[in-house]
Amino acid sequence: MILLQLYIEFAKIGLFSIGGGLATLPFLYDISDRTMWFSHADIVNMIAISESTPGAIGINMATYAGYTTAGIIGGIVATLGLITPAIIVIYIIARILNIFMGNKYVENAFYGLRPASIALIAAAGISVMKVSMLNLDKYARTNNALDIFSFKAIILVIVLYVLQKKFNKVHPVAFIALSAVVGIVFNFAA
Amino acid sequence: MKELIYLFITFAKIGSVTFGGGYAMLPLLTREFVEKRGWVTDSELTDYFAIGQCTPGIIAVNVSTFIGNKRKGLIGGIVATVGFVSIPIVIITVIAAFLTNFAEYEIVKNAFAGVRACVCVLIINAVLRLWKSSIVDKKTLLIFIAVAAISVLPIDVSPAILVILSAVAGLLIKSVGGKEK
Repeated sequence: MILLQLYIEFAKIGLFSIGGGLATLPFLYDISDRTMWFSHADIVNMIAISESTPGAIGINMATYAGYTTAGIIGGIVATLGLITPAIIVIYIIARILNIFMGNKYVENAFYGLRPASIALIAAAGISVMKVSMLNLDKYARTNNALDIFSFKAIILVIVLYVLQKKFNKVHPVAFIALSAVVGIVFNFAA
Repeated sequence: MKELIYLFITFAKIGSVTFGGGYAMLPLLTREFVEKRGWVTDSELTDYFAIGQCTPGIIAVNVSTFIGNKRKGLIGGIVATVGFVSIPIVIITVIAAFLTNFAEYEIVKNAFAGVRACVCVLIINAVLRLWKSSIVDKKTLLIFIAVAAISVLPIDVSPAILVILSAVAGLLIKSVGGKEK
């Protein structure tokens, strides 16, 4: 039965893909090759759509792949399959942590973990900055040094930063909505 | 029950405005669970991201499960995670059914180029905020610089390995070498 198969395949992805959503990619290619549920072109389409909709990329890919395979129920089943292992594993880890929190050696490990965690977040931030504030494709085409920077985005980043500092009580969602509108009005993708 | 409903709704809200993967949800989590509710602390949140990075599954799901679990046990973890995926499931299903070339629309491209600028700012703020509780001395600064540099440079090292190595480094520095602090 296809739904059970979908659940198991995506539970396997959930269990073996470690890290961000794009870590699910090699597994999706593997499923595509073995089952013909969706094609490689579908996967590329999935990435584009996942990156321009809310939610974690891995989750969105599961929903999209499940839907193309077996309709609405397929999308739900694939997504539930993907999150099941994580829920179980994190539940177990959280219990173990509760027991060992306060243990000197665990604390010492976290002393090293925390800066690494922040560094990975900062690195993710830098890669978003690269995509959003630089325009390397355009520069490659025109060879005009001014084309490296997308000035509109840089200005928006600075303005948003100042606004957030000033109005730090305003919910981040408001800034997200504002920047979507600014993007549309000023034709940011151009 | 009230707290479970709050967990579900809050994570549904966060899930519907998290663009571009797990890290982008951090500022929203800080706002909702550290500042508004006080259910977790800044350093707990940092720990969840570190662990979520090197355990199976998607970071966003792992972190959601952690927070739900901290407050309400296993059920809390499930409710938070299902909440987080609920809205995206609906959105993606609609797109898959009706708008297969969704990502090609001019208006979508423009809106997302704008949102990406905002995500930069949100992540910068999150990093600055968590900095104090994590980078406490020269050694932790060194770990930060090393991990950030390796992740930014085009070297193919899994983040999971970096996290595990840093934990080992922390253990060694603190347990063997560092009696001074």
